[in-house]
Amino acid sequence: MAHLYPDVMNIYGDRGNIIALRHRCELRGIDSEVVEVNAGDPFDPAEFDLVVIGGGQDREQRRIADDLLTRGPSLKAAVEDGLPVLAVCGGFQLFGHRYVGLDGETIPGIGIFDMETRHPGVEADRCIGDVVLATEFGAIVGFENHGGRTYLGSGQEPFGTVVHGRGNNNGADSSEGARYRNAIGTYLHGSVLPKNPALADGLIEMALKRRYGDDFELAPHDDAAEQAAHASAVARAKSREGDRGLGRGPLAAGRRLRAKLRDLAGR
Amino acid sequence: MKLRVVAAVHAARLATFVSRRLLGRGGTALPGLVAERVAPGALAGLGGQLERTVLVTGTNGKTTTARILAAILAADGKAVVANREGSNLTRGMVSALVAEAGWRGRIAAAETTIGVFEADEASLPAAAAALQPAAIVFTNLFRDQLDRYGEVDTVAGFWRRAIAMVPDDCVLILNADDPSVAELATVRDLPVRWFGIDDLRSGGERGAFDARWCGACGTDFSYDHRFFGHIGHWRCRGCGRERPTPGTSALRVSDGEDGLSVEVQGLGIVETGLRGQYNAWNTLAAIAAGEVLGASAAALRKGPATIGPVFGRQESFAIGSKTLRLYLVKNPAGANQVVQLLGRTDEDDGFAFFLNDRFADGQDVSWTWDVDFELLAGRGGRVWAGGDRGADAALRLHYAGLGVEPVLPPQPAEALRTLLEAMDEGLTLHAIVTYTALLELRRELARQGLAKSTLD
Repeated sequence: MAHLYPDVMNIYGDRGNIIALRHRCELRGIDSEVVEVNAGDPFDPAEFDLVVIGGGQDREQRRIADDLLTRGPSLKAAVEDGLPVLAVCGGFQLFGHRYVGLDGETIPGIGIFDMETRHPGVEADRCIGDVVLATEFGAIVGFENHGGRTYLGSGQEPFGTVVHGRGNNNGADSSEGARYRNAIGTYLHGSVLPKNPALADGLIEMALKRRYGDDFELAPHDDAAEQAAHASAVARAKSREGDRGLGRGPLAAGRRLRAKLRDLAGR
Repeated sequence: MKLRVVAAVHAARLATFVSRRLLGRGGTALPGLVAERVAPGALAGLGGQLERTVLVTGTNGKTTTARILAAILAADGKAVVANREGSNLTRGMVSALVAEAGWRGRIAAAETTIGVFEADEASLPAAAAALQPAAIVFTNLFRDQLDRYGEVDTVAGFWRRAIAMVPDDCVLILNADDPSVAELATVRDLPVRWFGIDDLRSGGERGAFDARWCGACGTDFSYDHRFFGHIGHWRCRGCGRERPTPGTSALRVSDGEDGLSVEVQGLGIVETGLRGQYNAWNTLAAIAAGEVLGASAAALRKGPATIGPVFGRQESFAIGSKTLRLYLVKNPAGANQVVQLLGRTDEDDGFAFFLNDRFADGQDVSWTWDVDFELLAGRGGRVWAGGDRGADAALRLHYAGLGVEPVLPPQPAEALRTLLEAMDEGLTLHAIVTYTALLELRRELARQGLAKSTLD
C-alpha cells in the first residue's frame, strides 16, 4: 500500500489508519508493505493494491497540491481500474475538483470525486465533533474537524449518511464523504479504521479481490476490542448531541450549564 | 485606582467567600471571573501595580517553567504572585491578584512584587495587552487539542498578535531549538534571549513533525541534529536562517533516577527533582527568564533544586509497598516524551493509560495514534486502560502490540480499586493520564485517604 505525503498530511492521527490496515492484514497472515510517497518521489499507482492519504491544515494542503496534481491522471486511471483508496479530511477535499479556501484562494484537486469544497468564511463555525454515519459498511464512527463545506455533483454518491454530527454540511443533504468505485473519501478521523474494522476489512477485501478474483473473502476475526471502542464512540456522539439539543429558553440555559459543568471534570 | 476595579475586588472576595465557606469549594477561576464581569479592566488595574510581570506560554511546559521561575525569584528574595495550574486564562490571573489585594484594591508591596503567570496559548493576547509584561517565555509549539484551536497556525497567530501589543523593551525568551518559536523573533524588533540544548547525545526519534518548512521562504528545514519532532538544531537552506546560538545553553544534560542534572554554560551544574529531557528545556527557559530579571547566579542554581514534581507531572503516591506515579499528557509531543521516559523504567513496572475526552482533555482522541506506544511493547509489566474512553485507549495499546488487561471501570474509585488489587507488592504503576482523569484520580486518592501526595 502507498501512504501519500505521510510527513505533511498527518494532522489527526492518520498514522492510525496505516497501523490498522497492517494489523488486520497480519491477523490473516497477509504480508503487507507500506511505501511512503512524499512530494517528488516516484509513484505509479498501478503498482499498488491500496492508497491512503490523510489530512492537513490549509497551509499543508497548499504545499502538496501541485505535486498531487501531477499524479492526478495516473491515480484517476488506477481508481477506474478498481484501486481502493482511503482519503481522509484534507486529502478527501483534494480528491474533489477544488478547494476554495478562507481567503478565496482556489487549490485545484484531482477530481476523482465529482465535488468541490468551499470554506464559508471566518464567521462560520468549524464542524467539530463526534460523528456516526450509516454506510454500506454499517455504522461508521469518527471525529470531524473541518472548516470547508463539501458540495457533491448530482451523480456523486456520498460515503454515508450522517446520523450524528455534521458531515459534508452543505445545507442541501445529510451526506458525508464521497465514494467512487473503490475509492472512499471521508472527513472522519479518530483514527477511522481502528474502530471501524468493517471499513478496514472492506478496503483490504477490495484490494484482494482486485488482485486475486471475486471469490476471495477475508477470514472473520474476533473484534471485541475494536467493537468496544466503536460502541464507546457511538455513545459519545449520542450524549454530546444530546447536550447540544437541549433547546432554548431560560430552563434550557440551566440544562446547558449543567451539561457543561458535568463536562468540566465533574466539579 | 479606578473605583470599578475596587468594586471588582470586593465582588471577587465575596465570590471567594461564598464558594469556599458556603459551597465548600476552592474554585480558583470563580473570583477572577466575577471580577472581570464587574470590571473588564481588572487585570490591567491589578497587574499594573506590580514591579514587573513575566508571562509563560507554549504548548508544553508552561506550568513547570512558571513554577521553576517563581522558585528562582523566591530564592533571590523576591515576592512573587503567580496563578495556579489550570487557571491560565486571564480570569485565573485576576483570581491570583485579587487574593493579594486589600480593601482599596491595592496589592501589598506591589512595587517590589513580580508577577509570574502561565498563559493559555489563546489567552496570551489579552494577558499581554493588560499586563504589559517585562518578558514573555515561549516554551514550544506543537499540535494540541485541535478541536479547540482549529489549527496549529491559529496558535502562532495568537502569539504574533500578543507580541504586537507589548512594550518596546519587553524581552522575548525563545526556544532556539523550536523553529516555530524562533520565528517569533521576526515579528517585531524586540530584545530576545535564546535558550537551547547543545548536548547532542540524545535524539534521532521520528514522532509527529509540526514545523517542516521555513515560514520565511518555504524551503524544508534540514537538521544537523534532531532531538524529537521538529525540535533540534535546524537550518533553512533556502534563506539561510538557522538555529540561533542560545545565550542560555545546556552543555550537558543527565537524566538520573532522582532527577535532572543540567550543566548550564556560565552557570555550572543545575539540579532539579524533575525527570525527562523535556524538563531540561523547561529549566533552561526559567533560568533564561531569571537572568533577564537579574536574578543572582546562586538563585538561578538554587531555584530549580527546590522543585519536585509539579501537579500531575510525575507525581508519586506511596500506597503500602506499591507506588502510583501520575504523568499528565495533553498532546502527542508531550506523551511521546513520557513514553520515552517510561521505556527506561523497571521492566516489571505496570503501565496504565487513562483517556478522557472532555473539553479540557480535547474531545478528539485521534492524537493517541500519533503517540509511539509501540516503544513499550515487549516490557514485562502488566498494562491497563481506563477513563471515559478506556475502550479507545485499550484499542490503541492493543494495536501497539501490548497485551492489555480488561478495560478498567469508568468510575475513578472502582478503577483505582481494581488497579491496586491487581498490582504486585513492591512494584510501581506508571499511569499516563489526561487532564480531567488526573483531577478525578487525585481527588479519589485524597478522598480514600489512600495516599498523601508528595505535593500536599
